[in-house]
This record gives sequence, C-alpha cells and structure tokens, in this order.
Amino acid sequence: MLVLTRKSNESILIGDDIEIVIVEVSEDKVKIGINAPRSTKIFRKELLKQVEDENIKSTAPGNINISELKDIIKK
Amino acid sequence: MLVKTKFFNEVEVDGDEIVTFVEGIPGFKDLKRYALIKQEDVLDFSYLQSVEDVGVCFILVPPAILVGNYDIEISDDTVKKLDIEKPEDVELYVILTIPEDIRAMTANLKAPILINRKNNKAVQEILQDDAYSITHRVIKEGDASC
Repeated sequence: MLVLTRKSNESILIGDDIEIVIVEVSEDKVKIGINAPRSTKIFRKELLKQVEDENIKSTAPGNINISELKDIIKK
Repeated sequence: MLVKTKFFNEVEVDGDEIVTFVEGIPGFKDLKRYALIKQEDVLDFSYLQSVEDVGVCFILVPPAILVGNYDIEISDDTVKKLDIEKPEDVELYVILTIPEDIRAMTANLKAPILINRKNNKAVQEILQDDAYSITHRVIKEGDASC
C-alpha cells in the first residue's frame, strides 16, 4: 500500500479524474473531499460489509412460515 | 428448467425467469444465477432462489408496497453493467430479512435489487443516498393489532 503524508487543504490525484482533498484534520478524524466522475462509486467501506452481513442474515432462516408472513403483511 | 428450492420442492422455471447477477450478490460473490419465482397469489412476493446453491434464497418485494415514493438514482456504472437502455426495462425489488419474530422483519432499502428485464442481468445496487436504511422496519412498532 502506498502511504502519503498530507496536510489540510493538500490533495492527491488518482489517475486523470479523481482528486482526494484533505479538508480538515482533527484529533482522531480526517475530513476528506472527493472530486470524481459521477460513474465512480464511492462509499464508506464498512457499508459494503453491512450489506454483506444483512444479505447473509436474510437468507439464514431455515423455514419461514410463509402463510403467517402473508397474514401479517396483509394487515 | 427444474430448480431445487429452499422453501418448496422442485419448481419448473421458465428460462426467462433466470437472472444473472454479473458480480454476484455481496456475501455470495460466487453465485451468479438465480431463479426469480413470483408468488402473486397474495401480495407481490418473489423468491430469488440460487440455481447453484439450494440453501440460498432471498425474499423480495417491490419497494412500492413498503414506502410511498422510492426514488433512486441508478449509477452510470450499473447502467453500463446491465446494458440499460430505458428505465422502464428495470425491475426494482428490495430484500426482506425475516427473523423468528416475523413482526420484526426489515427491508433493505439501501441496497435494492435491479433487474434489466431485456437481458435479465441484475445487480444489488448500494445507493449513495443516505436517506434509506439497510434495516427499514416493515411493521412499525405500535401498529400491532394482535
């Protein structure tokens, strides 16, 4: 992994069209600005993990009582 | 084709109800092909049954039955991946998570399932929009009636 040291208001370019700006540095937080084309997906890494975990949870039940489920939703 | 299912026995599924998740589904990256089995008798339930692993089956509902207006923006990346030409070709679902206490079930509005019915390519899109939750309560506490 490439590790660079930057100060507030300095930035990093990735490829031709992605810019990462260090907006603010405080004690244990860094505020980051990102300029990137709209087609670039950007999200916090833990979000993908949360979606994975939720997907695994949603397929977990061995048997769902489908008719009970329908009754509840119908209301 | 005959598909083994988690909740019923084998089910005959038309070829055009087999969808391909080009990148798999997060948590199940290796499984690409799913049968979309619609249960239209009551409500708009669908089962997304993996053709490759009988133990993997998601329960899907159209978001419209849960929230009034579910406006989402499909990323350019997904438009490309699914070869989407027109928005009306895209079918939209959300996954239900159903715990033992069914009333506590939730829907993942943050990461809907998108299927391009023109070619049956599909993805689970993670939305940039922070307005939607991964665990949206389907039955609000307080409107319990029984």
